[in-house]
Amino acid sequence: MTLTNKPLTKNIEIGRAPFNFAQYQAAGGYQSVARALTYKPRDLMKLVQDSGLGGRGGAGFNTGLKWSFIPEPDGGPRYLVVNADEMEPGTFKDRLLMEHDPHLLIEGMITASIALQATMAYIFLRGEYKEAEHALLQAIKEAYAAGVLGKNIQGSTFSLDMALHTSAGRYICGEETALINALEGKRANPRFKPPFPQVSGLWGRPTLVNNVETICNIPGIVTNGVEWFKGLGINGQFGTRISGVSGRVKKPGCWEMPVGTTFRTLFEDYAGGMQDGYQLKAFLPGGGSTDFLMPEHLDLPMIPGDVAKAGSRLGTSLIMVLDDKTCPVGCIHNLIKFFAHESCGWCTPCRDGLPWSEHMLVKLENGEGSLKDIEILKEMCGYMAPGNTFCALAPGAAEPLQSGLKYFHDEFVEHVNHGCKYKQH
Amino acid sequence: MAKITVDGKVFEVDPNNNLLQELLSHKQDLPYFCWHPSMGSVGSCRQCAVIEYANDDDQRGRQVMACMTSPREGARYSMDKAHQFRAQAIESIMTSHPHDCPVCEEGGECHLQDMTVMSGHTYRRYDGKKSTHNNQNLGPFIGHEMNRCITCYRCVRYYKDYAGGTDFSVQASHNHTYFGRFQDGSLESEFSGNLAEVCPTGVFTDKVFSKVYSRKWDLQSSPSVCAACGVGCNINPGERYGTLRRVVNRFNDEVNGYFLCDKGRFGTGYVNSAQRISVNMSRSAHDARPSEITPVDAKAKLLAMKGNAIGIGSPRASLEANYALRALVGKDNFYAGVSDVEFGLLNQVIDIYQNRPVHIASIKDIEKCDAILVLGEDVTNTAARIALALRQSVKNIGKEMAARIKLPMWQDAAIRTLAMDKKSPLYILSSHATRLDDIARQVHIGSAADSARIAFAVAHVLDSSAPAVTGLSDAEMALVNSIATDLKAAKHPLVVSGTSSLEPALLNAAANIATALGNGDQRGNLALCVPEANSLGLMLLMDGSQNSLGKAMQSGARQAIVLENDLYRRAPSATVDSFLSGLQQLAVLDHLQHRTGEAANLVLASGTFAETTGTFVNYEGRAQHFYATFKPVAAIQSSAKWLCDSEFGNEPRIHILTGGAAAILPNGYKLQKLTPGADWTFAGQRAPRQHHRYSGRTVMRAHLNVHEPKQEQDEDGLMNYSMEGVPATKDATIFNSPWAPGWNSNQSLFKFQKSAGGELKQGSHGERLFDENTGAKAWYAAVVQQAAISGFAQFPIYHLFGSEELTAQSEAIQAKATGAYVALNPADVARLGLGASDGVQVQHNGAVPYLARASITPGTVGISVGLHGLNYQNMTTAGVSLNKAANWQNPKDWRASNIIVSDAGSSSAYGRGTQG
Ligand SMILES: Cc1cc2nc3c(=O)[nH]c(=O)nc-3n(C[C@H](O)[C@H](O)[C@H](O)COP(=O)(O)O)c2cc1C
Ligand code: SF4
Ligand code: SF4
Ligand code: SF4
Ligand code: FES
Repeated sequence: MTLTNKPLTKNIEIGRAPFNFAQYQAAGGYQSVARALTYKPRDLMKLVQDSGLGGRGGAGFNTGLKWSFIPEPDGGPRYLVVNADEMEPGTFKDRLLMEHDPHLLIEGMITASIALQATMAYIFLRGEYKEAEHALLQAIKEAYAAGVLGKNIQGSTFSLDMALHTSAGRYICGEETALINALEGKRANPRFKPPFPQVSGLWGRPTLVNNVETICNIPGIVTNGVEWFKGLGINGQFGTRISGVSGRVKKPGCWEMPVGTTFRTLFEDYAGGMQDGYQLKAFLPGGGSTDFLMPEHLDLPMIPGDVAKAGSRLGTSLIMVLDDKTCPVGCIHNLIKFFAHESCGWCTPCRDGLPWSEHMLVKLENGEGSLKDIEILKEMCGYMAPGNTFCALAPGAAEPLQSGLKYFHDEFVEHVNHGCKYKQH
Repeated sequence: MAKITVDGKVFEVDPNNNLLQELLSHKQDLPYFCWHPSMGSVGSCRQCAVIEYANDDDQRGRQVMACMTSPREGARYSMDKAHQFRAQAIESIMTSHPHDCPVCEEGGECHLQDMTVMSGHTYRRYDGKKSTHNNQNLGPFIGHEMNRCITCYRCVRYYKDYAGGTDFSVQASHNHTYFGRFQDGSLESEFSGNLAEVCPTGVFTDKVFSKVYSRKWDLQSSPSVCAACGVGCNINPGERYGTLRRVVNRFNDEVNGYFLCDKGRFGTGYVNSAQRISVNMSRSAHDARPSEITPVDAKAKLLAMKGNAIGIGSPRASLEANYALRALVGKDNFYAGVSDVEFGLLNQVIDIYQNRPVHIASIKDIEKCDAILVLGEDVTNTAARIALALRQSVKNIGKEMAARIKLPMWQDAAIRTLAMDKKSPLYILSSHATRLDDIARQVHIGSAADSARIAFAVAHVLDSSAPAVTGLSDAEMALVNSIATDLKAAKHPLVVSGTSSLEPALLNAAANIATALGNGDQRGNLALCVPEANSLGLMLLMDGSQNSLGKAMQSGARQAIVLENDLYRRAPSATVDSFLSGLQQLAVLDHLQHRTGEAANLVLASGTFAETTGTFVNYEGRAQHFYATFKPVAAIQSSAKWLCDSEFGNEPRIHILTGGAAAILPNGYKLQKLTPGADWTFAGQRAPRQHHRYSGRTVMRAHLNVHEPKQEQDEDGLMNYSMEGVPATKDATIFNSPWAPGWNSNQSLFKFQKSAGGELKQGSHGERLFDENTGAKAWYAAVVQQAAISGFAQFPIYHLFGSEELTAQSEAIQAKATGAYVALNPADVARLGLGASDGVQVQHNGAVPYLARASITPGTVGISVGLHGLNYQNMTTAGVSLNKAANWQNPKDWRASNIIVSDAGSSSAYGRGTQG
């Protein structure tokens, strides 16, 4: 039997109900649980580390390495928390996975929990993801019934409970320490690190927070091994990941593809290029909180380092396309408005800098802006730069603004002199 | 220590501290908002930014927040290079700050104003709308003007995290973050007043002050000591136009630190009361009409009593006043003006402090303690500042956990994350639920006598040579063992008790535990709360004399001088009646009229703490000097001055009386150290009571007389009632109110501290009169006297707002107080057949409303102390019978909603006996 090269989406068929437990198992599912139970937890972490799997939540940090910082069990509770908040603008990959193959996530969570010796696993789900909620709840129920969740899983000494928490809905809840606060019923403000969640996370206990897609990679790695996983990537990368496109392309959507695929392949081959009558003007490579890239960057492989060299971040690797008939100032305004609203209010540059930026963008869009506003907007980007704020929300928010000011400077100035030309027709 | 370079200057800093605090210690002007010396760092405001350089070659550096940075040995930093960022931070904060400095109470002492100027942001570029909020009515103490908020989170960190308040929070988010209660209503924390000082803007202000507002620099002030309880917090009262306008905290690293309780802060309204005795009165006979006399005549009449009168001293009057009375009437005729029970208890406290190997715990010590036993003292209501300190003690477990993972101690939020709800052990043995139950590992409800037996048993478990107790139940023994285990395991174990439960055995048991905790050079910490500002001072002046109030009343004296005292609060009404009616001549010196004063032939108007200079001795035996804040009208004099006869040279300077008291007190020589000496000057100048910006001096009396009067003289000689004098920035030997160039708010304090947040460079934090006893362990017998009870066994219930005599006559306190009442278990309420609006007739006493409290043991009754409507002194130890009152109507001053308890209501949900 040849091994799949689409481990994340092989069970997904849009239009058909997701596999139930039996179907999922019949398709080769839940093998990783039995395998994992034969490992020593630290060896399992090492295996994941060796696979080179990087976090799919945006930062790309080696997952196994991140796990390895968890201290040895002391008899108390330990938590795995899956970050399914997915509120990054233009990002909808976790949704696909959860709505269409919930058992993959659950299998991954059980296997990860075996590695981490977690006693409880939570899914922190974006509140609006109703379909995912139903699918996951059903799948969790089936998993309990099948004995892969609960006491003494598959006759082993390992026990695990799992619960789903639906978020009340803030973008900041996706930041892992704010997520933990929210899960505890506290205000969703980020926490200072150290202590890191691995040491003192949920309710002061060792906790790992991982993205949905990250965890969905675990079953394949544990079942099929490191070499198989490594072989899935191209351009020197390992594994597959879900990338996608939104905007005025022919076929917006998201697809599983080898890590290392170029933006152009994604944009042209998968998404079919721009709709007729529209030109690609720029794109945000990995969600709303990344810097714009330009058409000349399309040939870059979707590799964090390469994207960084071009002045942006790979982020979630779901690109947002800006076409030539959409006002870049309006686009940026829309994003900044979102981020200003989603600021948790903890630190000054974000809390007060973003609304001020929003105010100037409104003025510009309405033709009431001045050159001074453009200068202040540039200043704001430096003001909200990494290190100046408590968490990464504001620096992320500043990214489309700072690159937009760079690439579309003339259009900003034009807004001062002539108002928004896109609105005029 | 580590050496760092900041903008080319080299500083020696403590690498265990954060960079901001260290730079402030070096008196650098680095702006900040969210950091607070008592609350550590959270890194939210981003105002304290500096540039950190990785190495010598690094030219760009990295911006970091100084308050979140541990200084590294040899590292290079720049404050200058982050200047622009700090200005940006202010500018963006200001986008929603209103332009109401002229009408803002914070104006002129506003940290935001100072930081704005310091950061260099002067020109406003934002031209949009401001985000606005609704204000709340937060009760009589604290004003709320949310639009001024800069979202620094200090208030909520103080109120919730530091002071343990539960009715205040941060709400909403982004640039509409809101700080307040879930709905309008009086703030419940007994420490809410500190919000006004913690908030760096005019959001939270002193509402009492707002009504009689004056700019900071227009207030005449002095270093003073709170007269409202035995803790002795240091305060800074402010006066203008002859009225006391407000009280703010005066920093003392060993006592109150940065915080006061609300009684101390808001309880001084009586100084301005319309009921003040402001003229001197005399009458020939008890039933004659009193007539006003001149101060000279008043004094002559008072001194004429010398040789014939006994003197009754006061625990709320200064050492000097008590000493002057003692000198006037003679040692043998000087009696302690406290109840006889209290007389015994206070002597016991002194005996313990002097003769047992214990460490008397200051508040600073208490905050370091990591296992605590509270024995029968409702500290929140009797010695509030100690309760706030205990709320810090239980957090020490977090610091220990942090140390284990090498997290710095100043990482406030991180340590809270780490500790979650874990608390260092605190046990409470009490006759009713108290406000500290929420932080207690275990609360045991029982009579004071029961608590004493349990406590004696703890001492025995800790040290088998301590006397044992028999007859404890298994549950009680389990409690004994867990208390003993936790105290023993602690690095700094502490026992807190006091006189308020009126149980002598409890004090002895507390002493035995603290003794038993001694280990080599380290002695167990003991804090014994005493009722009043100078309870211990008075008792030390008794110098072993057994002249109790009861003895005074039986002395057969025909003349008596009563110093600042209403005897009806000290003894049963009937006893006082008969004593007073047997007197031919009664002189009373006090501030406000009371029943004793009404019986006097001679009433002398005496100055309050705000108008007098003197010394108090607090619960730990710490003598502290306070300076008069302002000069009262001519008819009012300090008691000490009234009582001096020619022996001292009729109008002696206060230090002569202090010196007299010093000759009697243990280690009395230390009193000299409280002031820089009677003849102190600096460069020929005294210390000013008025700010150098004091305005209106030449015109403030122009409506009376256009000639500027001569400035008032202070014969006591160290401070001027004027602006003239040595400014604290030059010499702070007498440290009044902090101010430094560029730092107009109370945050300027760091300029006067050795290290930011630490001890003052100059000035006194008081002198402890008791030497640490290093003798061998000795034990009090485990004897608990228990009288036979018929009816209900009563115990006293104290109220921070209302139980204390003087503060109870302040308007703001009255708004938070209630009239007298009894508290009963719901079962007893039913047994007595009490309906919702019935009253209870208390044997030997009045009829009062009742409060059902589930924590109260059936068969016992809590009787409010000091509240209008009952005299606790009328109670006997033989129990009290209670009956439904006939034709009852609740009095107007009954305000049950002001009584904040966790166990109110009719259900008996509160766990009986030992509650985990
Ligand atoms: C403002 C903000 C929002 C975030 N939202 C998400 C999110 O919705 N989903 C997610 O997986 N990670 C999100 N992250 C990243 C998480 O903090 C965290 O890095 C991630 O969950 C770690 O998972 P990984 O190691 O599997 O990538 C967010 C980060 C920030 C700063
Ligand atoms: S940058 Fe600051 S205000 Fe913004 S979300 Fe993070 S912590 Fe909150
Ligand atoms: S109310 Fe005051 S203390 Fe609270 S956040 Fe606002 S400015 Fe800071
Ligand atoms: S605790 Fe006592 S001394 Fe301190 S402020 Fe309150 S009443 Fe005054
Ligand atoms: S004082 Fe340092 S961030 Fe607020």
